[in-house]
Amino acid sequence: MSAIEHHAPPPRGITRWLYATNHKDIGKMYLVFGITMFLVGGLLAELIRTELLTPTMRVLSPEAYNQVITVHGLVMVFAALMPITAGLANYLIPMMIGASDMALPRLNNWGFWLLPPAALLLVMPWGLKLIGIGSGTLDTGWTMYAPLSIQSGPGADFAFIAVLLLGLSSTMASINIIVTILNQRAPGMTMMKVPVFVWSWLITALLLIAVFPALMAGVIMLMGDRHFGTHFFSAAGGGDPVLWEHIFWFFGHPEVYVLLLPTAGILPHILSTFARKPIYGYQAQVYSFCVIGVLSVVVWAHHMFTSGMPPAANIYFMLSTMAISLPVAVLFFCWFGTIWRGAMTFETPMLFALGYIVLFGIGGLTGLVLSDAAADQQYHNTYFLVAHFHYALFGGPIMGVIAGIYYYLPKVTGRMYSETLGRWHFWLTLGGFNLTFMPQFLLGIAGMPRRIPDYALQFSHLNLVSSIGAYILGASQLLLVYNIVRAARGAGTPASDGVWEGARGLEFTLPSPPPFHSFTTPPLVD
Amino acid sequence: MSTARVLSGAGAVLGLVGASWAHARAFYDFQTPVTPIARDILFIHNLFLVIILVLFLIGTGTLLYSVYAHRYRRNRSPATFAGPSGRKQWLWVSVPFAVLLVLDYGVLGIPALHSILALANTSDAAMTIKVTGHQWNWQYEYPGYGIDFTSTLSTPQAQIADQAPKDKHFLLEVDHPLVLPTHEKVRIILASADVIHAFWVPAFGIKQDAVPGYLRETWVEIDKAGTYRGQCAELCGVGHAFMPIVVKAVDRPAFDQWVRSEQAAQAKEQAASGLSYTREQLIAAGKKVFDERCSACHQPNGLGIPGAFPPIAGGHPFAAAAPMLAALRARGFYKGGDIVVGSVANHIRIVLDGIPGTPMPSFASQLSAADIAAVITYERNDFGNRTGETVEPKQVTAIEAGH
Amino acid sequence: MSAVPGGHDHYFVPEPSPYPILLAGALFLVGLGAALLVNSIAAGWAPLAAGAGLGAYVLYGWFGRVIGETRAGLYGVKEDRAFRWGMMWFITSEVVFFASLFGVLFYERHIAIPWLASFSSPHSPLSHYAPWPAFRAAWPSSGPAGKAFATVSPWGIPAVNTLILLSSGVTVTWAHAGLRAGNRSRLKWGLALTILLGVTFLFLQAHEFADAYSKLGLTLRSGVYGATFFILTGFHGLHVTVGAIMLSVILARSFKGDFTPQDHFGFEAVSWYWHFVDVVWLTLFVFVYWL
Repeated sequence: MSAIEHHAPPPRGITRWLYATNHKDIGKMYLVFGITMFLVGGLLAELIRTELLTPTMRVLSPEAYNQVITVHGLVMVFAALMPITAGLANYLIPMMIGASDMALPRLNNWGFWLLPPAALLLVMPWGLKLIGIGSGTLDTGWTMYAPLSIQSGPGADFAFIAVLLLGLSSTMASINIIVTILNQRAPGMTMMKVPVFVWSWLITALLLIAVFPALMAGVIMLMGDRHFGTHFFSAAGGGDPVLWEHIFWFFGHPEVYVLLLPTAGILPHILSTFARKPIYGYQAQVYSFCVIGVLSVVVWAHHMFTSGMPPAANIYFMLSTMAISLPVAVLFFCWFGTIWRGAMTFETPMLFALGYIVLFGIGGLTGLVLSDAAADQQYHNTYFLVAHFHYALFGGPIMGVIAGIYYYLPKVTGRMYSETLGRWHFWLTLGGFNLTFMPQFLLGIAGMPRRIPDYALQFSHLNLVSSIGAYILGASQLLLVYNIVRAARGAGTPASDGVWEGARGLEFTLPSPPPFHSFTTPPLVD
Repeated sequence: MSTARVLSGAGAVLGLVGASWAHARAFYDFQTPVTPIARDILFIHNLFLVIILVLFLIGTGTLLYSVYAHRYRRNRSPATFAGPSGRKQWLWVSVPFAVLLVLDYGVLGIPALHSILALANTSDAAMTIKVTGHQWNWQYEYPGYGIDFTSTLSTPQAQIADQAPKDKHFLLEVDHPLVLPTHEKVRIILASADVIHAFWVPAFGIKQDAVPGYLRETWVEIDKAGTYRGQCAELCGVGHAFMPIVVKAVDRPAFDQWVRSEQAAQAKEQAASGLSYTREQLIAAGKKVFDERCSACHQPNGLGIPGAFPPIAGGHPFAAAAPMLAALRARGFYKGGDIVVGSVANHIRIVLDGIPGTPMPSFASQLSAADIAAVITYERNDFGNRTGETVEPKQVTAIEAGH
Repeated sequence: MSAVPGGHDHYFVPEPSPYPILLAGALFLVGLGAALLVNSIAAGWAPLAAGAGLGAYVLYGWFGRVIGETRAGLYGVKEDRAFRWGMMWFITSEVVFFASLFGVLFYERHIAIPWLASFSSPHSPLSHYAPWPAFRAAWPSSGPAGKAFATVSPWGIPAVNTLILLSSGVTVTWAHAGLRAGNRSRLKWGLALTILLGVTFLFLQAHEFADAYSKLGLTLRSGVYGATFFILTGFHGLHVTVGAIMLSVILARSFKGDFTPQDHFGFEAVSWYWHFVDVVWLTLFVFVYWL
């Protein structure tokens, strides 16, 4: 081991990946894992939609249905979206701030390799069931409400331990990202010159450190109640099931912003590139991220308006939740400001970015509706809520990461993807998505509760439409996979260093694909 | 485009749409509200929908205009500004936020505050009922009238399995609906016997969680006679979709009449607990109870679900979490990895009290002594169990009185 | 960027390492074993033991590697700063963990118990329906259906333990001052004393737990009081144990001649951790034992 080896070329073979310390390799592993799990979670979604195709018990038993919706939620949040955004962070942050690598490379790899075991633990109970052990995996919904989660079968413990591993992984990844941003910036790159994406991840990482340990403490207490006779969440011993809801949502609400912020960070880069115009309101966006971060940890109980909190608590959580609309409106304003009077072209990343604005707009506006503690009596736990958070989490983060993937794919692989297929992918996703989830708003208003495997006849038509939409949405994601595989295998025209005509930023000064070590000598930023 | 004009335009649209929606009920709209709270919420909902629709149209309109006017083909020289400059621009930029602030805390906030406080006011009720959520049915108690019954889904299994044509009220029909008087404020006290459930009737505008070990309150004042249907709105296990709420609202005289007939029926049922039955009668009645109340978990064939719900059939192997196995072993129903048939007394206690810490609920308040005697007799003489025993209702009442 | 003192022009990026993936694998095995064991599947011992063994091996190897790299002079000022930031944010995450446990204590004591008792208050309109008619709000409480128990007096072992941990904070600072002044024997004596105090603390804590179970009837099953008492003191004790092990490693390294008066991040990180554990104890003493 000598100092010269540290900037050696990539090692060969499988150990390059297993033992990786290079941020781009680890970033790629995060992305591949995340996209794979996105397909797994999507497959589970198709199972759910197939069960709900018509009002009858069709493909799943009620037990299996509850398990499938639980795993769909956990996989999409923890194993698909978070790893994809973390992959983008790993790949891009060192390049964007002019560093050679992440600050703590081995820790970085540990953070990644904790994810596959967690995913395995989550689905393993299905395997164990086949050999006669247990009753399958967790079946409580991803919210794990006590005492249902205390009553649940052995699979629940596997899921809780998976959550502990996920928490450890997120904490390590967050520490690494914060340290990298604070410590590895190129000379001259002050914090207020750091790209928006980097800022968004700084706030995201701080949020993860501020809330994930609370969830980890929570699942330890759940296991205590399950196996060691404690009464944290049981009235018989003076505990309260609603305490679990507080713990979960103290984590769960900021988690929504953990998913959202990185994509709100990548969006201005894409809009600016394709409008050929500087990012509008850089400082306003940075401060909005900070305000969103702070607000997100004081609004959690707006998920619990029907749990029977005192009216004063309902009013506080309603008013504080409404306040979030202000910094989010700043972001929208800046996105509009960025494209206004630009010279826009509409390559696939730009299409997805514009789709993001529209769909996430619907998610945000319906969120405003749900913040009303009185009206929430009608919306809560109905399909209106399901539609809302899919607009907020698919319409926002997933559209955002797809935009990000198309935007950086030529940079990462050195090859352009197929623009035609990209456009097909966009329009089918947009159509399929709206066809799936717009009817769900109406179903919720008409009175269909969420998390039911079978439903009354008046909900039949809209469910049928929704399921057809889901098939289109699901199938069209294969175009994304094809486009990625195609570029990764070296097909397609070579990409230039700048890739896009209007692209700015240090990452576009490097060749496509960039060298194994991004900046061995830090660039000077003026 | 002046903001004032947009706002006044929005106000006009709001008035029109609000007025028309108050009457028309389409498949995409809330169910017709029949309580003051539900009407409040419908008003807020319509107000909100119009506001967000206007905001959405302004936003999307701006975006589409920009996409059209500021595209490369039309405009090859992009502007270079990166933020507002000058006092006039700053003023312009702050207008949307001022509008949003007014919308949040004025237009939307004030009606919401009013409704939240109205919803929380359960005092001055003319009548009180207690609703208890069970896995998976609702128990309704009328403490003023000594009435207490359980309301269970009555949609036949065959319809759910698609082996028979579905009724109009598929999955929204119960054997014994909740009956409430109209034009009276009824306070509803909510409790749960096992996990969190939520009592939700859309036409009443109320959705309230029932939390085990705690009480929750809500209220209704129904102003129109009719039948209203709702569902449990908090995931409570495998039967979550199968515990509907059906409320029959009737006027006072009809309600009083229902009370009298209900009291007579309960007296008759109590008398039945003192009678003796033949084994065949008990087995026949027990099969019906089992199919309705036990088969969701223990399965119609009595083999249960591995790891979750033990078989009723003796001699079958079963593995599950330690607390459940320990509880079964302690009661004499588990030996050497197999389910065995334990004593009658313990069998009665399990059905009466449930097994705390497992999904097995207490049926003491849900089934009559005659029904419990019947279902136990059936379980001990079917599924390959051949004890030949007969369990009498009075054995059940004796054990129930003993604790 | 001009040359960093020590001649490091480039940030140190370690070569590929098997340790991270092995540690992830070890934790998977430990988790799998635990999930099986809590469900009474005895075979869980095998992965648990294998995972623990593998984990210990990896930690030994990984930290050994880092110590080796430190000795080889591969770390400059920038690397040092990264480690400092890293440790600081790690401790922050631990602070959140304990803060949530304290939050649970606060909720159970000041919200859940009074709420539960409110139904059975004679003034409550709901008293007729109270799920637990005889329950009255109190603290300590084992809840409406819990068994009676006695609490640990704060002025016995806990007060002594407070003094012990406070003194250990002093001794570790004394050792640090010694290290900076180049006084190696003060460093070693200070560390040894700190470890001794930490172990004494743990011994007394174990004694207190044994008493609580055997004499006071205070167990994990004693309602929310027992649950919050043991989870807070238990996790604190776990952190003291980890801290004592880390201090021992630092002591061993001191004997091997590691650390210079200017450059001793390993020592500092462990002492930060130790001070953090100290502060948690003080909070614990006040809110769990005293008030």
